[in-house]
Amino acid sequence: MKNRYKFASAVLLAIVSVALVLAIVGERVRAAGDGTITGSVKLTGTAPHMKGIDMGKDPYCAGQHKDKPATLENVVVGSNGGLQNVVLYLSEGLSASAASVVSSEEPTFDQKGCMYSPHVMAVNPDEKFKVTTSDQTAHNIHPLPAPGTGNIGWNQSQPPGAPPIEKSWKNPEVAISVKCNIHPWMHGWHVVVKGPYAITDENGNFTIKNVPAGSYTVSAWQEDLGTQTAKVTVAAGSAAKADFTFKGK
Amino acid sequence: MNSRLLKMTFSVVIACFFALPALVQAQITEYQEKEWLNSPAASSHVGNLTGNAHAATEPYRRYCMVCHGELGDGNGESAQWLDPKPRDFTLGIFKCRSTPTGTLPTDQDLFDTIARGLDRSNMPPWNTFSSQMRADLVAWIKHYSPRWQTEKAGPPIVVPPEPEVTAERIKAGQDVFNRVQCWKCHGVEGKANGPSASTLQDDQGRPILPYNFSEGGRFKCGTTDSDLYKIFMTGLDGTPMPSFADNIKPDEAWDLVFFLRTLQPFHTKARELAKGLNLKPINPNAPPPSQ
Repeated sequence: MKNRYKFASAVLLAIVSVALVLAIVGERVRAAGDGTITGSVKLTGTAPHMKGIDMGKDPYCAGQHKDKPATLENVVVGSNGGLQNVVLYLSEGLSASAASVVSSEEPTFDQKGCMYSPHVMAVNPDEKFKVTTSDQTAHNIHPLPAPGTGNIGWNQSQPPGAPPIEKSWKNPEVAISVKCNIHPWMHGWHVVVKGPYAITDENGNFTIKNVPAGSYTVSAWQEDLGTQTAKVTVAAGSAAKADFTFKGK
Repeated sequence: MNSRLLKMTFSVVIACFFALPALVQAQITEYQEKEWLNSPAASSHVGNLTGNAHAATEPYRRYCMVCHGELGDGNGESAQWLDPKPRDFTLGIFKCRSTPTGTLPTDQDLFDTIARGLDRSNMPPWNTFSSQMRADLVAWIKHYSPRWQTEKAGPPIVVPPEPEVTAERIKAGQDVFNRVQCWKCHGVEGKANGPSASTLQDDQGRPILPYNFSEGGRFKCGTTDSDLYKIFMTGLDGTPMPSFADNIKPDEAWDLVFFLRTLQPFHTKARELAKGLNLKPINPNAPPPSQ
């Protein structure tokens, strides 16, 4: 009788371990077969005027922009009409396992020349990021998540030479506004999305990497111009395309 | 007849369809209110006292609702006349905490705030309430925000025993004041006239003033040296005042406390000592001190 139990449990153990190995290998194979989504985001029509910023209240800040006055960065358009700082993410179609992958990139959100660099930062929920300061003036970094999102705001000082602050966000949120109260013109965004994501470069181009094969809704979020979506099907190991066009106001 | 009935049903369904999301969006539904009122978060523990939210129903209606509102969202009948605006309890964000920035205050913190009131606002000290009633009100306040359902109060920061005030410490305190640039808002003499003072806004985008040390009013969160210590080491959440916990060491924090005391128009030992020091105000345009 006892032996039979032993045998049964051994068989069970074998089955479970084989299943586990298969699952892990399967995941790897799938990862190797992951595709990409590439494309560009463009702005048509007249680009909105980006006002110059008067940093006169803080001589250090003003000094950092002596040659080229700083402007707002709400809509940054490249020479070919490409829109910078647009966040691309998969708003529909992600499997639960793909959505739970947390990027280990640990992006940096720097305070440089009394501006945020990058102006828009994307992260996964629970992905760690660093807030650093390159400036010789005091900042306070003050993200303001919307109530009800489960993300909790905080407000910490970063005087010159302060060590980096390491943080993460708990839940998806498009997007969390980040402010410095000392320098009221400073404004940036943390975009918290599940699964793979990308941000457009200065020419409006992007590549979302590590996209498992499947059909998705790709969302393109721009802080002033809103969100656009496109349906995209990604075949295993290949590159799909998605282009977006925002209209200038 | 039948088609009319159908039409009516149809429109009712449509109305419900649109009304439902509106209800869900409301800050607290009746269902949630019941659920949260019966959750463990709707109790409080202050010393030996246990507060019970249900017991605070009447006192809240009588004393608090006119400003903080029936829904606890700070939109009471009188809110429109007040500046600064009454606290919105549904956000679960509080100025006066012994806990780090971004965390919930302890029950004791809320209990103390009710008794102390908030200077330069319309929140009076409710120190005429019995301790039990205040504990009950703490429990009641906690039932308004979903944060209390999922989070616990942050770990209170450790305030080391207060050292003896010395001239060296006051001088060191001024160096801290200069290094972390308190003067950006509070001004080099603590007169709330720093370069950023006039543009400050709270989390709701409403104008807000930095504390003016030279006026000698009470701090928002207490009057003692350790209250002052906690204010800048935890930050006043919901306002521009950040936490300096990462950038001021506990011993330096006491130095800063002593220096800040010299900016107030009181006869304190710190102020006496400072007279002998002949400290010069900081030059805001000087390059920042190297680390």
